[in-house]
Amino acid sequence: MTNNKDKTLLDNSGVDKTGVDKTLGEVLRSQGVSRRSFLKFCAATASMMAMSPAMIPKIAHALESARRPSVIWLSFQECTGCTESLTRAHTATIESLIFDFISLDYHHTLQAAAGHAAEEAREAAMKENDGKYLLVVDGSIPMDNPGYSTIAGISNYDMLMETAKGAAAIIAVGTCATYGGIPHADPNPTGAVSVGDLIKDKPIINVPGCPPIPVVITGVLMHFLTFGTIPELDHIGRPKVFYGQSIHDRCYRRPFYDKGLFAETFDDEGAKKGWCLYKLGCKGPTTYNACATTKWNDGTSWPIEAGHPCLGCSEPDFWDGGGFYKSLSMPTENITQTAIYTVAGAAAAGVALGAMNKNKKSSAVAAHNKTTIDDLEK
Amino acid sequence: MSNSTSVQFNIQVGDDLTHNVKPLLNEIKHGLDNLIETGRTTIIDLRSLPLAPGEEEKILNTLGQGEVQAQLNALGLSEVTETQYAGVWIVTHYNDEQHIISRFIEVTTMPEILCSQTEDVMEAYSRLTLDLADNP
Repeated sequence: MTNNKDKTLLDNSGVDKTGVDKTLGEVLRSQGVSRRSFLKFCAATASMMAMSPAMIPKIAHALESARRPSVIWLSFQECTGCTESLTRAHTATIESLIFDFISLDYHHTLQAAAGHAAEEAREAAMKENDGKYLLVVDGSIPMDNPGYSTIAGISNYDMLMETAKGAAAIIAVGTCATYGGIPHADPNPTGAVSVGDLIKDKPIINVPGCPPIPVVITGVLMHFLTFGTIPELDHIGRPKVFYGQSIHDRCYRRPFYDKGLFAETFDDEGAKKGWCLYKLGCKGPTTYNACATTKWNDGTSWPIEAGHPCLGCSEPDFWDGGGFYKSLSMPTENITQTAIYTVAGAAAAGVALGAMNKNKKSSAVAAHNKTTIDDLEK
Repeated sequence: MSNSTSVQFNIQVGDDLTHNVKPLLNEIKHGLDNLIETGRTTIIDLRSLPLAPGEEEKILNTLGQGEVQAQLNALGLSEVTETQYAGVWIVTHYNDEQHIISRFIEVTTMPEILCSQTEDVMEAYSRLTLDLADNP
């Protein structure tokens, strides 16, 4: 991933003051929002973007002159959980202001138009804002048979490639768009790939999670609007402000891990005392996300606080991690059987594991049985 | 729930579970020192720290309540409270549904959000001028 920090992607020059070209300051003032309210908005935004409160005046200055960007949102092989997460964001007032501000020109789940009318809206937005619009993608792209997922008769691949061409930047939202997610899980029946697998010539911000934390989605949008650049990213394209530290490092149960105090089952003394969930399969040590501080459901709680181990949903291939309830230190598969497949000619252990899972799937199909979690964990 | 008294929570609210309570109180003390020496404001975002259930309450209880409490109605409610330690303020912003969206500890003589803002004052001047012109 190239470092695009210094490159301004939002070109705000030479635009008039009508329609989408109003600045955020002008939009807010026209809605009767006071300067004091705007300061509150900036304070909440700084907190949302995990920035130092010292940045609040800079955010206020930048946002006042930020112009309304056109956003095209494409949904491919997904469950709509990412959109659900975003539209149920708990900072309702702030998010609604942000969404009043952006011009969401295409989102086939949320928009009223359908079919040709919707596609025309997308094409019009692409033409009018060529080189300047933000492209948000949720869902993976099937590369096996394009018929697995189409929109208005257009394959996901064609729609992505066509729409990405004129985008200033792409935000891949959710683990499906960022790393293939659940559709990509072994044996990957649709040949699902991520946005980053297909697009190599545009800045891509990966916002993984199943779903991602809503304020992380809006935080990334706000960063782009505030600074006109993409935030600093880690080695797999995630903004470091939200994904810079592991769940384990920020976990309030960490002191128990350090003392060697673990819950062994979900109802033992350790579980009741709130001890570390590592032995129950917690993927916190290998998972990078902001859940431990940002939390979920109006900031009420998060999985580990509710007594459940982290599933590692913001990491690539989390679904194939060897079992949600197996601790990280346990081998992920039956090693003897894996070795047999490897010796039998498979090039790598990964291929062997894939072959084993494919076998499970075909046996299940042959027996007309559904493949269950128990089957996969055997 | 019929027998709510027997519900057992699996979360223990221990003393200094994350060990972040005391360092944070020390940071506030340093903030006060800075305010006295240089007049500089310190702002701490409580959301940026990992805190166990009960630890935020512990910090707030330690800081207590002082002489000033203010409520703002700006994009939802905000509460600004001076703690028992003069110069240490708790600023809590809520959304329309009364959920906390951010909480800051500000070490300052007056949180910026309480001050009348120049733009609002200018707008107020224009509005009052118009009102007076309409109702001579």
